[in-house]
Amino acid sequence: MKLLCILLLALTFTFGATAQAQNILIRAATVHTMTKSGTLEDTDVLVSAGKIRKIGKNIKTPPHAASIIDAKGKQLTPGFFAGINSLGISEVPAVGESNDSSLSLAEMRPEFDVVPAYNPNSSLLPITRIEGYTFSLLGADAKGSIFSGQGRMVVLDGGYESFIGSSVLFINVGRDTSVLTGSSRAGQWMLLNQAVQEAEVPPSAADSALLTRTGRSTLARYMDSGTVVFDVDRASDILETLRFADRHGLKAVISGGAEAWMVAEQLAAAKVPVMLDPLSNLPGNFDLLGARLDNAAILEAAGVTLAVSGAGTHNARKQRQMAGNAVSYGLPHAAGIAALTSNPARIFGIEDQQGSIRRNKPANLVVWSGDPLEVTSVAEIVIINGEMIPMESRQTRLRDRYLPENPVMPRAYIKP
Amino acid sequence: MPLKVLLFLLPALVSMQPGNTRADTYPSTYSPLPSTPTLITHATILTGTGVRMDDASLLMADGRIVFVGKGEAPEGVTVIDAKGRWLTPGLIDVHSHLGVYASPRVKAHSDGNEMTDPTTANVWAEHSVWPQDPGFSRALAGGITTLQVLPGSGNLMGGRGVTLKNVYSLSYQGMKFPNAPHGLKMACGENPKRVYGERKRLPSTRMGNMAAYRAQWINALKYIFDWAAYNDKVASGKDGIKPPKRDLKLETLAGVLNGEIIVHMHCYRADEMLTILDMADEFGYKVGTFHHGVEAYKIADKLAESGVCGALWADWWGFKMEAYDGIQENIALLDRPPGSCAIVHSDSSEGIQRLNQEAAKAMTRGNRAGLAITPERAIRWLTSNAAKSLGILDETGTLEETKMADVVIWNGNPFSVYAKADQVFIDGALVYDLDDPTLQPVSDFELGQLTGTEQ
Repeated sequence: MKLLCILLLALTFTFGATAQAQNILIRAATVHTMTKSGTLEDTDVLVSAGKIRKIGKNIKTPPHAASIIDAKGKQLTPGFFAGINSLGISEVPAVGESNDSSLSLAEMRPEFDVVPAYNPNSSLLPITRIEGYTFSLLGADAKGSIFSGQGRMVVLDGGYESFIGSSVLFINVGRDTSVLTGSSRAGQWMLLNQAVQEAEVPPSAADSALLTRTGRSTLARYMDSGTVVFDVDRASDILETLRFADRHGLKAVISGGAEAWMVAEQLAAAKVPVMLDPLSNLPGNFDLLGARLDNAAILEAAGVTLAVSGAGTHNARKQRQMAGNAVSYGLPHAAGIAALTSNPARIFGIEDQQGSIRRNKPANLVVWSGDPLEVTSVAEIVIINGEMIPMESRQTRLRDRYLPENPVMPRAYIKP
Repeated sequence: MPLKVLLFLLPALVSMQPGNTRADTYPSTYSPLPSTPTLITHATILTGTGVRMDDASLLMADGRIVFVGKGEAPEGVTVIDAKGRWLTPGLIDVHSHLGVYASPRVKAHSDGNEMTDPTTANVWAEHSVWPQDPGFSRALAGGITTLQVLPGSGNLMGGRGVTLKNVYSLSYQGMKFPNAPHGLKMACGENPKRVYGERKRLPSTRMGNMAAYRAQWINALKYIFDWAAYNDKVASGKDGIKPPKRDLKLETLAGVLNGEIIVHMHCYRADEMLTILDMADEFGYKVGTFHHGVEAYKIADKLAESGVCGALWADWWGFKMEAYDGIQENIALLDRPPGSCAIVHSDSSEGIQRLNQEAAKAMTRGNRAGLAITPERAIRWLTSNAAKSLGILDETGTLEETKMADVVIWNGNPFSVYAKADQVFIDGALVYDLDDPTLQPVSDFELGQLTGTEQ
């Protein structure tokens, strides 16, 4: 009993120390709140117990010893969105056993969900989050099926249970035809409609069923509520997606959307957001003939909600360069930041946790060395759920092993 | 004859072959587009030689650079005031697959990887180049004036690469950089052993890769010897001697051994690059450039000492095992030792459009690691060092008198995500203008697409 008391005391002390250490006051930052307050110059932000407690001028240093960061006018943003990718799902794509993002069953399985495969100890998490990214949408890729599967938003704090928001269903329509999808995009819509019918009314034994029982209930759930991301590029396919979503009452999001600018008004009217790769400007296939660098700018001007996605998994850190290029081609700078913060948070219903700097909200913050969208800027301080994360990764350790010149002993002895 | 003596004699012996490496076949028909003498004034100039000049001028006439800095301009010259703008040499991408994996990337356009045999030194990338690839126009908007188009990396010896001027033409010959040496694309590591291992044939291992290259070099040496023996007999006046049969594969390899063809070696891992350097010593040739070299930072000293360039990405990594140790300081660390030759390359139809941004990222990471890299130094990674890698530094890659007037005017500091090429000159001809749609080329493929939907 005595021993237990000592242990408890020790634990209490440790936790207390941690909480105190993470009492953070950021002074004199240019704060991109991504709320109605806009961007505030020379403003302080106080973080304690994981949350943003105060935003204002000349905040008094709290009584408990706080980490004080003098930002000296540097930009402070909410943590950035890393896009749809396979962080924690795929370590080395070409090494099959380290990659769980795709399902190669030759069946329609909307119930495929990558979440159980998530490994927060992947080297990619620190590599990505030290670049200013605090949340990511785990994507799925069931090969050859219209239904790519399900994923979910995850906070990149390294926790095993750091999922936020509801699950998301991914549907892939367009040029990616295969035997399973009937090798025709008309066939894709035919099968999609059949799947929806099966979810509404289970097929009789005489019918040849497309979905399993679990698949039907999964799809039924998304028709009731939840978000469905359609990976689609061609303008006509986007319109068909809007009709399909409207008919079945789905909350749709367009991902890809290379030709979305051609149907910007319809997207705005339907209030369907677009997650796009602003660098897409080549007719890489016949669905991309209209790809252009001002896609984002045109959509924004039409009132479509935008998020940036498409940098993939290993180089997810390229997202902000992609947003910077969109700004270079006409997207307002604030909209470029929104496409990496408040917009993806709002699209997926996690705006109470990510995407803006607001009082009593979890503190996910980044101090940048310069313009956050500029290729010569880097993230200097990253705070996830109120904790300053160590700015270290497997890559910084490799760098620090090879930075010293002419070591006497082999570099295997240098363990930064 | 001892090998060393034979190798010493190689250049002489091979040059006696009829046609030797045949790099002059399928000849360039490129000729510069019309130009007027042009003076660019008040620019910030990065010369590509490591020098920065502020508020400086550059004069070009008859396709060549007349002066850089200050000088007398002739009457009637076209003057461009570049106040607030930056001038660099035209950018050079040493690793592109434009034309051989053209957009749209349909199967019919997949012409970059002759994966039917691990050693296809007999194929020439130029014979696959589709000059209507829309990618050329996008690269031009990014300031690319010269590019090397290479075969893919599925094979150990993938074939010859070709260096092109980035101008639209009906044929690749009309783009071919005059007198540029050919390259030989070779590949280390995972790709060849995967492609052929899956077919249960050599190579299925890295040691298999080495055995297969070495067997080919041995064949090439015999080929050189056979031709030399034939030429000797002809020279001594013997009649009726039958020449050895021409072999396209060995002709290319002989071209490497005699120094006419530059080796461009796809290689990721540090240990493999070191093994390849030993193989080059074994057979008496030189590796020109290691491409991709995700682990080049581990052996930067050795690469500099060997005079080998490294053409690298700023941050692309991890997609396969041999790319797992990628770091963002790779280019900056490769650049550190004296005599280094660091290059930013793309290997991508997207990346080639913004090599300047890739260089900016690499420079930034170097500076954060304390390596103090200036823009005038970093610009070498995509200009002079790239030109050196391709064997065309005498003609382009720097802004120096008498060189080809391959010049980019940027709307600001090119090391920025917001920088754009305002005007691009190739051999003094204005071939791209950001503000003038009539000076923005469109490939046949794109013309008329989506008619009626233009905004």
